[in-house]
Amino acid sequence: MTTTLPRKARTNPVLFPPKNHSLQSRRVVVTGVGIVTSLGLGWKANAEGFRLGRVAIRPVTLFDVSRQRVKVAGEAQLPVKLPSHRLGQRLEARLDRAAKLLLFAAVEAWQQSGWNAGGSLPIVLGTTSGGMRLGEIYYRQTLETPHRFRQQATRVMNYQTQSQARALEDAFGFTGPITIIANACASGANAIGHAWELIREGHCDRVLTGGYDALSQLVFAGFDSLQALSPTQCRPFDAHRDGLAIGEGAAVLTLETLDAAQKRNAEILGEIVGYGASLDLHHLTQPHPEGDAALASMTAASRVAELRPDQIGYINAHGTGTPMNDGAEANAIRRWAGDCVSAVPVSSTKSAIGHLLGAAGAVETVICLMALREQWLPPTSTLQETDPVCLFPVVRKPAWAKLHYALTNSFGFGGANATLILRRWT
Amino acid sequence: MSRIFVHGCGAVSPAGWGVGPMITAVSSNTPIPLRDLPRPGWEVPLRARQVPPPEPKPGFLAQARFRRSSPITQYSVAAALEAIGNDLARVQAGNLRLGVVLCVMSGCVNYSRRFYDEVLRDPATASPLVFPETVFNAPASHLAALLGSPAVNYTLVGDPGMFLQGVALASQWLIADHCDACLVVGGEECDWLTTGAFHLFSRSIILSDGAGALYLKSDRDGARAELSAVTDSHSFNARQTRLQAARGFRAQLPSCAPDHLLADGIQQTPRFDDDENKAWQDWSAARLSPKAALGEGLIAAAGWQCITAVEALAAGRCTAANVSVVGCNQQAIGAHFVRVNHAD
Repeated sequence: MTTTLPRKARTNPVLFPPKNHSLQSRRVVVTGVGIVTSLGLGWKANAEGFRLGRVAIRPVTLFDVSRQRVKVAGEAQLPVKLPSHRLGQRLEARLDRAAKLLLFAAVEAWQQSGWNAGGSLPIVLGTTSGGMRLGEIYYRQTLETPHRFRQQATRVMNYQTQSQARALEDAFGFTGPITIIANACASGANAIGHAWELIREGHCDRVLTGGYDALSQLVFAGFDSLQALSPTQCRPFDAHRDGLAIGEGAAVLTLETLDAAQKRNAEILGEIVGYGASLDLHHLTQPHPEGDAALASMTAASRVAELRPDQIGYINAHGTGTPMNDGAEANAIRRWAGDCVSAVPVSSTKSAIGHLLGAAGAVETVICLMALREQWLPPTSTLQETDPVCLFPVVRKPAWAKLHYALTNSFGFGGANATLILRRWT
Repeated sequence: MSRIFVHGCGAVSPAGWGVGPMITAVSSNTPIPLRDLPRPGWEVPLRARQVPPPEPKPGFLAQARFRRSSPITQYSVAAALEAIGNDLARVQAGNLRLGVVLCVMSGCVNYSRRFYDEVLRDPATASPLVFPETVFNAPASHLAALLGSPAVNYTLVGDPGMFLQGVALASQWLIADHCDACLVVGGEECDWLTTGAFHLFSRSIILSDGAGALYLKSDRDGARAELSAVTDSHSFNARQTRLQAARGFRAQLPSCAPDHLLADGIQQTPRFDDDENKAWQDWSAARLSPKAALGEGLIAAAGWQCITAVEALAAGRCTAANVSVVGCNQQAIGAHFVRVNHAD
């Protein structure tokens, strides 16, 4: 004999069994976007920066880099005053840099979406290190003054990833399940992809999603110790590339069903039509040289989107600027695109803002939305000499283009790979 | 197809490596002895329940990729291998698409602390071998590499309730045919830093570490239990207190019957237990509290609670079991498992 849930319980929202699992896929659109990078705050500043190929890599001021090989990063310049929100003064004072980056992006997306407070709203976010800077302060104080506990409990609470997400619930006045995906540098893309699947498969009607990461000494020193940071300039797909630049930022998107968006006459910024994820088993920190897993995630995304490679008008590559990543990704794009590889424009916007780790996939999704909406190609403006492994055209100069679909790749430590495909909304 | 079955369990806990010693400790309700954790700047050590050294050492530790792996990776992989059992060969042969959901709260704390310590001393000499192991998804990556499974693989971070969210996610993947089978693993490792951090909130809390794993499939044959429901995740926030959240998920689970079991998260620390006790004050049937014997294993402990429920069902000691997870700082969430009658 098996037990079944009482009638009352079945009517309540549950994560399993799915209450409204849809066998017929639902269309998912973006109705709000917020973005913060070292290029600035908001859509306008970032769209202009990416369109023109501006580079916003600057000396690190947040922690001591005097003993590091590399001393620059895509450090964001945040205003002291936060945007309008419902957090009390006490809660606001507890926000660390990562939470502030996330809040700036979320407020912009929320306002643009026209969503109201109240009700249940799932949050799906990607990050690699949450409030790591608070964790660092906690650790230093523990070592330097072990018997002094002032503010230590607050740091323990607020360095955790779920605290930044909880702050969003309180900032906007809603509640709902919080899911944090930490798939290294693919986290942001995985978060958006997962949010897209939740809506598409009928588990919910709308999701607040995105990715965020702030610069921290531990992570900066980690990439520097691996000699993954460029001691010259981050030049993705360049024949003489010598590493990446670390950056920080956040991007938040409001996703909902097409039906819901149209019913409330919301402005639609674009549609997500494909998502693929795969795992590279080759090595903890190195991709397979032929880009096997990257090929798998691109193939999966285009299969779900029911698109051929020749229908993709632009690829925002993961393109970190490290010798191994860009070579593997170039091979994957060649294998995926086949005969039309020479017709697919590719660029890496990490040349402008650095690698935003857990935020990268979300920020680059927003860049694709910008490119689709405003019909331009973001250049890799630091490129000097294209690596011959690139059989595709690498966008080097600002250019207008007629785009219908854009694809963005995100790959991470541990072999996490994710690809998203977006469609222009007209 | 929307039914999900538990086909295997795996555990590493302060009671030892394997489900057997864990269930023995939980059933006897005898707390595992404490071990000292020296803490810099203090004469009195902290105390915790840590995983004992494995005897014998698991074979996978001999592989090159596991040479420098962190304790959380070793616990998680050992629990996963135990849970997957005989299906390992099918996965390694590429005949079974295996999804992995690995859930953590503290993550790779030992290596993170060690690496940051090196950075503070001199970042120019910080070890490039240590840093990659600090990343949240390192355990999931190692596990997938060992299994040879390139299928969908997420690492979720959150408070202990995230384990049940992971179970729900795995079920969604199975229903959507993203994979043929899915491992859900909760792993934690503790050290003086995390233990000291929890002491800021309660001096009576006993931290522990280890891992718990469930192996889920949609086939009924050979299943140990059926997953009947995972409730909504009820967040703690300005609009909902921890107690309200606990009562919220409790209301979504079945009421008490004489042959039911509750695997709760009570750990004999009133400050943390009160909300959960109030939410379940009407429960009069059998009750097991894995944390009381094993310690506060965070997400690993949520895994142990599920295993306790599944093993009781498989042994025929109850017909249905509720799992209750009232997390630290994010959510309250529950699950309901039922017995599989193979004679049907």
